[in-house]
Amino acid sequence: MSTFDDPFDASRRLNQSGCACGQHRSAAEHDAAGPTFRCEPAESEEKRYEGVVASALMRAVFPQDMARRTFLQSVGASTALAALAQFFPIKTATEVFAQTAAPEKKDLKVGFIPITCATPIIMAAPLGFYAKQGLNVEVVKTAGWAVIRDKTINKEYDASHMLAPMPIAISLGLGANAIPFAVPAIENINGQGITLAMKHKDKRDPKDWKGMKLAIPFDYSMHNYLLRYYLAEHGLDPDTDVQLRAVPPPEMVANLRADNIDGFLAPDNICQRAIYDGVGFMHILSKEIWDGHPCCSFAASKEFITNSPNSFAALTRAIVDATAYASKAENRKQIAEAIAPANYINAPVTVLEQVLTGTYADGLGGVKTDPKRVDFDPFPWQSFAVWMLTQMKRWGQIKGDVDYKAIAEQVYLATDTGKVMAEMGLTPPTTAYKSFSVMGKPFDPAKPDDYLASFKIRKSS
Amino acid sequence: MTFSLRLRAAIVSVVLFAAFIGVWHLATRSAGPATNMSPEYAKLMGLTATQGKSAMPGPLDVGAKLWEHLRRPFYDNGPNDKGLGIQLAYSIGRVGLGYLIAVLVAIPLGFLVGMSPLISKALDPFIQVLKPISPLAWMPLALYTIKDSSISAIFVIFICSVWPMLLNTAFGVAGVRKEWINVARTLEVGTVRRAFTVILPAAAPTILTGMRISIGIAWLVIVAAEMLVGGTGIGYFVWNEWNNLSITNVIIAILLIGIVGMLLDQILARFTRMVTFPE
Repeated sequence: MSTFDDPFDASRRLNQSGCACGQHRSAAEHDAAGPTFRCEPAESEEKRYEGVVASALMRAVFPQDMARRTFLQSVGASTALAALAQFFPIKTATEVFAQTAAPEKKDLKVGFIPITCATPIIMAAPLGFYAKQGLNVEVVKTAGWAVIRDKTINKEYDASHMLAPMPIAISLGLGANAIPFAVPAIENINGQGITLAMKHKDKRDPKDWKGMKLAIPFDYSMHNYLLRYYLAEHGLDPDTDVQLRAVPPPEMVANLRADNIDGFLAPDNICQRAIYDGVGFMHILSKEIWDGHPCCSFAASKEFITNSPNSFAALTRAIVDATAYASKAENRKQIAEAIAPANYINAPVTVLEQVLTGTYADGLGGVKTDPKRVDFDPFPWQSFAVWMLTQMKRWGQIKGDVDYKAIAEQVYLATDTGKVMAEMGLTPPTTAYKSFSVMGKPFDPAKPDDYLASFKIRKSS
Repeated sequence: MTFSLRLRAAIVSVVLFAAFIGVWHLATRSAGPATNMSPEYAKLMGLTATQGKSAMPGPLDVGAKLWEHLRRPFYDNGPNDKGLGIQLAYSIGRVGLGYLIAVLVAIPLGFLVGMSPLISKALDPFIQVLKPISPLAWMPLALYTIKDSSISAIFVIFICSVWPMLLNTAFGVAGVRKEWINVARTLEVGTVRRAFTVILPAAAPTILTGMRISIGIAWLVIVAAEMLVGGTGIGYFVWNEWNNLSITNVIIAILLIGIVGMLLDQILARFTRMVTFPE
């Protein structure tokens, strides 16, 4: 149930186990649906805000999902809207949402790593999403994940682009001092890939990968967990059968060319760049491991959120806005051009276009099309955090008992964001937990320990 | 017919340079376009893959790019994209500041160590342990404690340039000829005056040699430090272009780093010559 969904659709599915948008029973059905029936966000911003406000109202009047459905089925959406508008001024509420309290701090610095995951953070600068919220944001390119972590902790940056597990790791004090961090928005879903060196083009079965040197961008990354998961599902123990190395994304292509590594699971524009330069090919997209997986997040320290709640809310609004804009396929080309210059990602436009539009060269001579290769959906599902925690525990990054729910709720601001969003007139989905499946294996966020116990290959603790 | 040595050396230099460029050009020629590639696929691929262009740029690419940079060295396209002139100015500024602080600390301390055998013995173990530490090893610690990346970079410059200066000053001060100090003693010159009028001029060549070594090290380290911290500076420029796999720009940056390093060294060499005295 994305925030951008139509609240007056009686047949809308309540959980997201089906497709990426939640409106279809399966990903195939989602793709088959014509563009007019897709869950694309409303065309104008006002329309979207109105939809969001109406959605909140509908849920407030009919907190029970079943009751809401019955009502909608019996009277129809337009009647329902008219009836609601009689006793609630939807128009006014929409306007109130669009203008909120002035930010405490207008000049903000936001750090980013030059990869396409950071698209909403970056494009919000050249395309004016920050300016629209009355913010003067300087987006600063940063050399690596450890540096971005330290600079954000040191308050050189007010908020940052981080790998989705990083704020959890920082809050838990893994690899850094324990400092409470929070995630108000997920940047992107999907958008990664496993790229192998050209010499391995016949080794498409992971069972043949024994002894390979594979690179990941950071230890606390979805890339690490997804690659480990993928290898383990194919019977390889990622700790003993292959060598996993943390390599900064920019150096991956050069290392692949120099034959120092055999492949990598990396953020995009890096995968496509390796193909563009003829040194690697796309083995699979990360989407094929887990369709709709989060990758990077927009994170800020709890301190910043407490001290400058309005600035934080304005930033969140700008990011949510930018994310919604980026989720529309027809905007992707313009975005690719806006973020390609040296001031932002600094990569050839062709490469970024292939990543964002999903029509790409696979490195083996074929052209593939997958419009959901990378997608953008800001809601920080707490079940994502729970899944990451299970994997952190599975691979020995955390030991002992984990209070999954408490940590997820502390870091992934689905509830806290709920408050901020409510002030803004936005409504997050009614639940912050959704189940999903990774490589066909379902994950139930309510039973993380059972899930963890079900894996044969894991680090013995 | 005999040319002067200088002229002959210049001719050899030019020949070597031309040979280098020639070999470079030949080594990076493209291998010819790849066959059996569908046009729509080729459109999505880079020149390396389609034209068999070498991943290493040739001298002509580098020359053209260098000209482009030299024509507008001070452009400013926002926080992450500035002209080479601005980047170099940032780096030189950082090196200058860190180096200046190092001079202010190292020379007085070096005098103290050189003039007092007690302090020399007492500080020796610390200096011996701290001296061989790679300056970049300080970086995480600096970032963690100082909590500011540009001050951390300056700190790293300070810490790497302080040791050669300190040791050379101490060595120079301790090595001043005993006769001169004894003459000063006989004339009842005070300690402070003795330090400034006798020891300083006598030790100056050694001190400046230390300073010359330090500026070289500082310039070496700033590039690495900026690659780590990012933001601005020539080291950041190298990292940013590395990120884009633009070897052309990396080569240009290497060239400029070399030239600036040479200029810094030459300035210090000139100072050294000014204070050198015949014995």
